[in-house]
This record gives sequence, C-alpha cells and structure tokens, in this order.
Amino acid sequence: MVWETVIGLEVHVQLATKSKLFSGSSTTFGAAPNTQANIFDLAMPGTLPVLNAEALRMAVKFGLAIDAEIGRRSVFDRKNYFYPDLPKGYQVSQLEFPTVGKSQLEITLEDGSTRTIGITRAHMEEDAGKSLHEDFQGQSGIDLNRAGTPLLEIVSEPELRNAKEAVAYLKKLHSIIRYLGISDGNMAQGSMRCDANVSVRKKGATEFGTRTEIKNINSFRFVEKAILHEAQRQIDLIEDGGRVVQETRLYDSDRDETRSMRSKEVANDYRYFPEPDLLPVVIDEAFIEAVRQELPELPGAKCARFVAQYALSDYDAGVLSSTRALADYFEQVVAICGDAKLSANWVSVDLQAVLNKQDLEVEESPISAERLGGLIARIKDQTISSKIAKTVFEAMLESDHSADEIIESQGLKQVTDTGAIEKLVDEVIAANPEQVEQYRAGKEKVFAFFIGQAMKVSRGKANPAQLNELLREKLKG
Amino acid sequence: MSDRTVAALSRSLALGKVSSVELTRDYLDRIARHNSVYNAYITVTEELALAQAAEADARRARGEHGPLTGVPIAHKDIFCTRDVLTTCASKMLGNFVSPYDATVVERLNAAGTVTLGKTNMDEFAMGSSNETSFFGAVRNPWDTERVPGGSSGGSAAAVAADLCAIATGTDTGGSIRQPAAFCGVTGFKPSYGRISRWGMIAFASSLDQAGPICKSAEDAALMMNVIAGPDPKDSTSVDAPVPDYTATLNDSLKGLRIGVPRQHLAEGLGKEVEQALQDALKVFESLGATVKEIDLPNNHLSVSAYYVVAPAEASANLSRFDGVRYGYRCENPVNLEDMYMRSRGEGFGAEVKRRILVGTYALSAGYYDAYYLKAQRIRRLIKQDFDKAFAEVDVILGPTTPHTAFKIGEKNDDPVTMYLEDIYTIGVNLAGLPGISIPAGLSSTSGKPLPIGIQLVGSDFGEARLLNVAHQFQQHTDWHLQRPEV
Repeated sequence: MVWETVIGLEVHVQLATKSKLFSGSSTTFGAAPNTQANIFDLAMPGTLPVLNAEALRMAVKFGLAIDAEIGRRSVFDRKNYFYPDLPKGYQVSQLEFPTVGKSQLEITLEDGSTRTIGITRAHMEEDAGKSLHEDFQGQSGIDLNRAGTPLLEIVSEPELRNAKEAVAYLKKLHSIIRYLGISDGNMAQGSMRCDANVSVRKKGATEFGTRTEIKNINSFRFVEKAILHEAQRQIDLIEDGGRVVQETRLYDSDRDETRSMRSKEVANDYRYFPEPDLLPVVIDEAFIEAVRQELPELPGAKCARFVAQYALSDYDAGVLSSTRALADYFEQVVAICGDAKLSANWVSVDLQAVLNKQDLEVEESPISAERLGGLIARIKDQTISSKIAKTVFEAMLESDHSADEIIESQGLKQVTDTGAIEKLVDEVIAANPEQVEQYRAGKEKVFAFFIGQAMKVSRGKANPAQLNELLREKLKG
Repeated sequence: MSDRTVAALSRSLALGKVSSVELTRDYLDRIARHNSVYNAYITVTEELALAQAAEADARRARGEHGPLTGVPIAHKDIFCTRDVLTTCASKMLGNFVSPYDATVVERLNAAGTVTLGKTNMDEFAMGSSNETSFFGAVRNPWDTERVPGGSSGGSAAAVAADLCAIATGTDTGGSIRQPAAFCGVTGFKPSYGRISRWGMIAFASSLDQAGPICKSAEDAALMMNVIAGPDPKDSTSVDAPVPDYTATLNDSLKGLRIGVPRQHLAEGLGKEVEQALQDALKVFESLGATVKEIDLPNNHLSVSAYYVVAPAEASANLSRFDGVRYGYRCENPVNLEDMYMRSRGEGFGAEVKRRILVGTYALSAGYYDAYYLKAQRIRRLIKQDFDKAFAEVDVILGPTTPHTAFKIGEKNDDPVTMYLEDIYTIGVNLAGLPGISIPAGLSSTSGKPLPIGIQLVGSDFGEARLLNVAHQFQQHTDWHLQRPEV
C-alpha cells in the first residue's frame, strides 16, 4: 500500500514589538518572573486593552510580503477558557476577520523543484503566560511576563505532502519574517512555534484522513522528525486495522515519539465572540501604502538580483540570500573587495564553516564584513595567494587585526619581484641536480616537486604564476 | 443650608460661607448617623475625605479651583479607587484594594472633589433593586421598606438622603436612571463612549457607561464637564468634541420637538406614572415645545436582546475572578479545578451565577447564532428605530420605570418580572444613546410618598441638549427639590 501524508502547519510568530499587544509592558525575553506584567497583564478589574499600532503594522507588513489579501476591517474576538496562565480567562484573537487573508507561498525543495502552498490566513493574537510546575512544593507558579506578547498565527492549507516540504515551508516563512524584521524567529526561545496537523491517506485518494495535531514543536529538525514519526504511527495503526483518533499530541524529542495529551471527553468550546473592549480595526489604503514603502527586498527578489548583478550561480545566490543578515554581509564584502565570485566563495564556504562550527549567526561572526573584504582585496591585488589567505583567515579568527596588519606582521606578502624569484629558482635547481636530470629526460611529473621546493623555501610567498613561468624556462636549460 | 446641590455648595464655598473641611465633616457626620439605616455606603473614607477637603480649601485659597473643588462626592463601588477597598459589592472582591484609580475618579480627584466613600450596589451591577449586594440591601430613603432601585442604588439613596452632594453611578440597562427615579433624584447616562470605562469594573462592556447621580440637571452638567471626553486608555471612548455642558442649560425650549413613544404608553404602565408624564408634557408645552407620538416598534424585544448580550459579555468579563491573582480564594483547594469551582461558587452570589450561566449558554457552540447573533440583529433594529424617531423629534420623553419603588423582597422569586422593570431604559443602552431620569411627581397611593421619574432620551452625543431640556423643566417645577425625611 502506498500512503500519502497530508500536513497543514499553524505557525506562531512572536512579533518583535517593544511592548505587548494590548499593554505597555516590555516584551524582553528572560526577565525575572512577573516583572514585565502591569495591571492590564494581571487582568486587574476595570483594565482595558489598547491595540499596539506597531504590531498591526508588522502583521500588515507580513501580509504585503506574501502578497495576501489585507483585512480592511479586522475584528478581535475573545476565545474563552480557564487556565491560570491566562489571566483574563479569555485570549484575544481574531476568528472571522483576520488582519491577513488568503495567499500562497512558493517553496523550493532540495532537488531544486518548487511547489506552491496555500496560506489560509494569518491572524493576530496575544500569548499566554507560563505555568511553572517545579520548585513550588506541589503548587504551581505563574509567570505573566509573556502574557500579552503579540503573536501572528500563520495558518497553511493542508497542502504539504511530506516532512521535507513542511520544513522547506517553515524555513521559507522563517526567512521572510526575519527579512521583514518582524520577529527574530528564534525557535528555541519560542519566538517561532509550530503546530502540525498530520493525516495520512492512500495515494490517489481525494478524501482526507482523520488528523492529529502535534503541538509546540520547537526546531526545524523536530518538525521533520515529529511528522515522520506521526505519519508512520498512523500508517501502522491503520494497517493493523485500527483507526486514527482526532486528538492533540505532543512531540517528545528525547524519545522521538508523539504521544496523546490529556484527552478530553468533550471537545473544547471556546465560545468565541467579538471583543467589545476593542473597536474593529479599519485599515485604509494610505496605511497599507505607508507599510508597503517600508518593505525590504525579499529573498526571491534578492536572489534573482544576485544572479544578475554579481553573475553568481543560482545555488550560491540562494545560499547568500537565505537570510537578510547573510545577504547584507555578502554585499558589504563585495563592496570592499570588488570581487563577487571570490566574496561568494569566502562567505558561503570558509566563513560559513566557522559559523557552523561555533554555532553562531552571521551577526555574531568573529570576522566582520570589513575585515573579510580587506582580506579578499589582498587576494585580488595579488598581495597574497589564496593559499596564504587561508593562513591570514585563521589568524584573523584569533585576533581583531586586519588582513593587512597580519600580512605585514607575519611577513606573508607575496614575492612578485622577478629577480628574487629567479634567485629562488636558481637555488632550487642547483640543489637538486638528480631531479633536473629526470625532468630533462622527459619526466614531466617532477615539475611539481620543483614548485613544492620553491614554495617551501619562499614559505609560500612566491607568486605562483611567476614561479611557474621562470621554473619552466630555467629547467629547459 | 437647605439647597445642597453642587451648584449651591460651590457658590457657598466660593463665597467663603463654608469651608470644604466643614462641609465634609457635616457629611461624614450625616453618614455616621444615618448610613446604618440606609446601608448606602460599603466603605466610608473619612481620613481620605478630610485630607482631600483640606487640600481643596488650600486650592481655593490659592485661586486654583473649579466648580467641583471641595465638593463631597461618593463613588459607586464599581469604580477602582487607589488604596481603597473596591468590592463591586461582591464577596469575590471583598478584600480587593485597587492599585489604581479609574479615569472617572482620577478626573474628579484632579477637579478637587472630596471622596466620602464607596456606595453600595447590586453585585457586579447585576440587579434592579440593590438586593443582590453581598453587603446587604440598600433601603430607599423615602420608605425604608422599599428598594432604592439598582444597580446604583447606594449612590441614589446617598444623594436622596443627602449623605453626599453628588455621586457617580454606572448604567448598563438602566442602573443610573431607574434608581434615580425610585429615589427622586436626577440620574444621567451619557452616550456610550462619552466617558472612559478605564477602571470601571466591567459588567457588559458594550453597554456600560458611567454618569452622575445628583440633585439637578445643572449638577449633572457640572460633573459632565469634568468626566466627559476621550481617554487613550479606553479604545471605545469617542474622540468627539466636549462642549461646556453648563453653557446651554438656559437655552429656550421654544420649538423643541418632543416625541412620546406610543409603546411606552401601552399596557404595563402604572396610572400615577402615566399621569406624571402627562403633567410633564403640559409643562414642556407651556415652554414652547411641541409634542408628537412616535414609534419604537421593536422596543418590546429590548429586554430579551439585553438578557442575551449583557450576560454573554459578563460571562467572559467575570472569568478573571478565578482566585489566582487577587480576590476571594476558597480554603484549601485540593487541585486547580477545585480551586476554580469553589472560589467562584463561594465568591459569586446567585444573580451573578445566573447571568454567567445564561451568558455561557448563549455563546455555546450551536446556540451562538440563535441567541447572540439574533440579539445583535435586534440591537441594530432598535438603533434604527431611534434613528428614525430622531429624524422627526429632538428628544424622546417617556417614563423611566413602569412603577414606583417596590418592596424589599417583593420580586426576589421572579427574576423575569424584575427584568421587565427595565423595559423603558434598556433600549437606550442597546442603542448607545444618552438618557436622563428626572423627578416628575410623587405617588401617594402607598402610604408614604414615593418619587416618580420620567426619562428624556437624546440623539448620539446630544448630551448638551438633553441637559438643557431637563434643566428647563427643573427651572419650572420643584419635584427635584423634594427630599424625604431623613
């Protein structure tokens, strides 16, 4: 039996506003518990919400970036349920009239093929606080610092067909929100969280199977693993004659499995109704245009420009435009050294290897764009060879010195003086009469030996092209 | 001093005939002597009052005063007052000291009023008789066997018995106007959005509105000048220009077009109330107004629509009272669910629970369309009826209540009959319009004289005209000057 997986994602993105969605409290991560909760966040009697205009602007920005319908009149609703970290006893969200409506997103898979995934909507809502179940002698602690933090919930159509597509979709969203600067997208800190609706059906079937919802998956890798695991669980279940039950499941990354959350006999009835403390949000053309003006160049456009402007391959352009910070870094390097091809190689290979190894973002790079550009400039003007450049690069990792300073202090400057190289060649030829004989007898391979010897003596500084030419000439005899 | 309107007290204070401290001591003394009978106050803030009075006198001496500086006021216990108990007349908030002031309180404090205390009310403003208060029923100063009306019954009784010069109230379905009518005082509900709701503990957010309970329309205008106007802390407050409400009080009523709703004169209206209304119409005609009958064809649906919308909103508004962060928490909860159930079960009174149940039901899956959405449609119809009427008339005049104050306990077993007492006031809230109840007669059929109120309704943000009409009536009648024997 061939099975097909059907996946829809609900992605919660924490908007990077300074203050909360409906109150002036700070949204900074990691403060001492309840130090960022004012009387509104505590749901003191008589307090009222006031919409954070910046959060609205960010939501609209996202909508414009994905070319979605923008809700000209969006309405906040109350979603009612009791939980200690939900101080008002309801969450303010948007049900029927979200700020961002329908759209679609093109994703690129590993084999280079593309797929278009429908986006149902993206609505604004407030986050809940946190319940802390340890350290309180059998009681629970409540931290309301996160309560009221603005979220944008981006809902996809059930159009993803395997775990890899889900990850590609998620990475594309991640890239867009980071480009827009509307969220840091940090999954480990929860500023981007993903719920996956997963079902399976026989290949070719038109009806959907019963779905389960996997909650709060907090890394790209776990999204892939959780979906793979859950799809297989459902397939095994059905093939063994069982039935999938519609339920909420939790992914346990330690054990790589999903398991049922406390099942409820009765489905939750959230009793949504329009939030009477807030007026409908009416967005006019002028507001939309003003936000549109703030839109940065997005990944797709940037990638195309890199190909056209810098003659990069599609692959290199794709890698370098994957985040706004990396793209900015790359363009700064090019601006300094004037060589796009060299810049692309150094940024996407050498620098990226260092960042991966040290688990750093490009913003935290130990070598600034200025310093890397300075290094490449010296390759371009032949002050150093590419090989010496690797040595300089290593030295730059260990210090704050510029490439020029390192080249100077370590005497790594390439020897391009013909007289000096000639002298070097003469020395090597004189010291190795046996190999000279072999070469002259037609053993072409020995040439590499002479290059090696000459480089060794010059400590790698001899200009390779000049050395090559002079050596051939002198060896002819 | 026999005339203890704010206008008169303000003149005495300005002339130095009396100081705010003397006035405040006098009021505190009256409260000490009479509150045990009427139970109008939940909390008396003697120290605060005397400090504010001294400060008000100092301000007057420096010439930094307005008309309300030094005037003793009482706040309905639904308004948050910083460092003062704010109970909403519920066991749930029996220990709640607010960390902040409501905007209404803040503005009145800034104007120099003197806070005498917090007045009794129906629990969470849910009631029409003040019998649902956790702190006991309030008694009507005209007849202590009778209710003062509700939910702002404590404020109305305190003004009627002159236990304060003026008071704040809130009105969700008639909670300012009905007790004003029962107690023979003036009660004004402004247009929805005219006054900030920040710090006013929410009952039904789309209907709640603060307003003055006072001794004359002129006093209402004086308080409106302080409390009206937009507030960045309340998104539903309206950024409409705020006129000087006292400036137009003496405008002529010549040519004023008064509409009387046919539906308000139909069955159910008490004879004496109807007579008072007819007498009032004669007064207005003598002042140059014309009277015509108008239609409010959907008014009969207002009570049912209200008892869906208001409980629905209340069911969510009262969810925050869960025993977690403040307020009442049951003893020794065994787990979270037990804490929720017993804290709310023990903390809320019967009427509050009834409305939470009704509201929760109306919002439930499968019932939402039939109840909540239908009620919202009725709400639009009612607003349209008023809009049509205001194309033909300037103000609408009718009774405030079908009858005068009823006896304590009389309607306790029958909530629906109680709800129907608000038939004339509820539509005004559903439409978001301003309405004022003014005294227009005294009933003599039940032994002791009982006040009769009539209601004037204005168009959207037409508060100034409404106060002008009410003031002119009071310039030519003396019903508003009648006081019970205390």
